Amino acid sequence: MNVRVKFFAILRERTGVAAVSKEIEAGISVADLWRQLQKDYPKLDVPGIRLLYAVNQSYVGTDHRLNENDEVVFVPPVSGG
Amino acid sequence: MFRVTDKPINLDELIRYVTDPEAGAIVPFIGTTRNNNEGRKVIALDYDAYPEMAEKELARIGADAAKKWPICRMAIVHRLGPVQIGEASVIIVVSSAHRDAAFAASRFAIEEIKKTVPIWKKEVFEGGEVWIGTQTGQPLKTD
Repeated sequence: MNVRVKFFAILRERTGVAAVSKEIEAGISVADLWRQLQKDYPKLDVPGIRLLYAVNQSYVGTDHRLNENDEVVFVPPVSGG
Repeated sequence: MFRVTDKPINLDELIRYVTDPEAGAIVPFIGTTRNNNEGRKVIALDYDAYPEMAEKELARIGADAAKKWPICRMAIVHRLGPVQIGEASVIIVVSSAHRDAAFAASRFAIEEIKKTVPIWKKEVFEGGEVWIGTQTGQPLKTD
């Protein structure tokens, strides 16, 4: 199945892309997906970065299971204001 | 009104939006870009966002504020893209029957924005640029 991943801020700079479609095994977690993406984009291994995970525009836990066509965003430290 | 925008934020428009015959107070908060940070001379800030989720989170903050304090109306608009020194990066305007609620809700909103809303600022300073932010939101232990 496929999910859509969008990259923002430092992660978009590191990957050089704003969004990718990624084929994954059914039932993997959002944290599993992050580990797979780090293999695709070694520069995503940002030392010490703390990420939040968002699926379909809501924050989820690290063990959240992905579904077909989910929109996944890895949220680096936010700094609005 | 909970939005992100590439254009300068219009304070008058937000004040008109929260104006309410039941209100006895309107509190505006304007976050502006400062020319220095941690010893660096800042030239400009450049904001990025996950816009759809940022607007959802801003609306969630508004709903939470309305549960905590008796406010009449609230508007939060956050600017995206390059913001020059001294310009507004975020404006929060709250109206309420009595001033305490509007002050408290405004303070709550700016603190929450800094914790959970997917907006990121890159500081362009003399000699480089850096993404700002230390994650204070906690990963959820759900599912």
